[in-house]
Amino acid sequence: MQKKLFFVFVAVGIFAFLTAASASPLQPPQPGQSLPEMKLPKPAEGKDLRYLGLSGSGTFTVDQIKTQAVILQVFSMYCPYCQKDAPNMNRFFGLIENNPGLKGKIKILGVGAGNSTFEVNTFKKKYQVPFPLVPDADFSVHKLLGEVRTPYFIVVKLNGSKKAEVVYSRLGAHENIEAFLADVVRLANVQ
Amino acid sequence: MKKYVFLLPLLFVLTASGASALSDVYKENIYQVGKLKPVDSVLKVKVGQKAPVFTLPAVSGKKVSLADYRGKKNVVLSFVPAAWTPVCSDQWPGYNIVQDLFGEHDAVLLGISVDNIPTLHSWTRQMGDLWFDVLSDFWPHGAVASRYGILRSDGTAERAIIVIDKKGILRYIDVHDVNERPPLESIVRELEKLPK
Repeated sequence: MQKKLFFVFVAVGIFAFLTAASASPLQPPQPGQSLPEMKLPKPAEGKDLRYLGLSGSGTFTVDQIKTQAVILQVFSMYCPYCQKDAPNMNRFFGLIENNPGLKGKIKILGVGAGNSTFEVNTFKKKYQVPFPLVPDADFSVHKLLGEVRTPYFIVVKLNGSKKAEVVYSRLGAHENIEAFLADVVRLANVQ
Repeated sequence: MKKYVFLLPLLFVLTASGASALSDVYKENIYQVGKLKPVDSVLKVKVGQKAPVFTLPAVSGKKVSLADYRGKKNVVLSFVPAAWTPVCSDQWPGYNIVQDLFGEHDAVLLGISVDNIPTLHSWTRQMGDLWFDVLSDFWPHGAVASRYGILRSDGTAERAIIVIDKKGILRYIDVHDVNERPPLESIVRELEKLPK
């Protein structure tokens, strides 16, 4: 009896350990690391699809985006800071798109952690967000990104020797978007 | 092996976790509750019945009565289990940007929890200026939640969405899995069903 009980507890312990080990990373992707491979739903709007250099429906991965650097913004419609930062992010988008030297070379993509398509679209409509926002209703992408608080920013370099290299990883909105843009250009070696 | 069935809940606890994406607005102040029993109460009301009326104090300082809206507004009650917990903290801030969706359907939103007013005050201040009233069902503890049959055995409320029409009739009751936020579209869909 005792032997069996011991066996069961050991089995439970191993199971718990493996579960913890296979759980989401405790840390979000850090500079120098590759972005975890994650499938994102293609935006429904043609304008957003074209912006990302994609077509059709289904899913895509970040390295398929036609650009040199991608700014991933992990946000939520339910996040007060994300709401407050939305006009700032729109201005940030304008800084890129109105700069002939940067337009097309840096793309922004918002991922709505735990948000449905309806919720993401509600946020997009409310704040007139001009860049693509995609849902992550089941938190699967959020888990891969270390279950970060929102908003969280990850800059991915696509023009280097490494595939989808993370060059920037930060929690919280940016007070100085010009400085953030300069960081993106420098760290991702946008040319 | 039947003898070890008692270990199954332990396995469940070890493998499960509630899902939420916390806003940085709360910093490190959110208490992690872990995975909870999805529903832990027995509903005492049903769709088609008159909604039990109540009067509760609001964070704003006024008293809010359900009866005040009779004949004037549809009412959406959003019960949440507890302040300063993960999923609850990521619910009402979303409703705060969709006042127009409620307005289009001539509806008001009332947020309710069993926390006391000071706690609700400090918690909801993190969410920005909420356009809807937040009510405290603290004392007698959880009395309104209990009348609706959504008071959990630990004294918190269920995460529930209840839609009441202008006649005071219950039109929709969603006692949601306490570990998950009800999707916004489910509320909007129910508002769309209300008579114009």
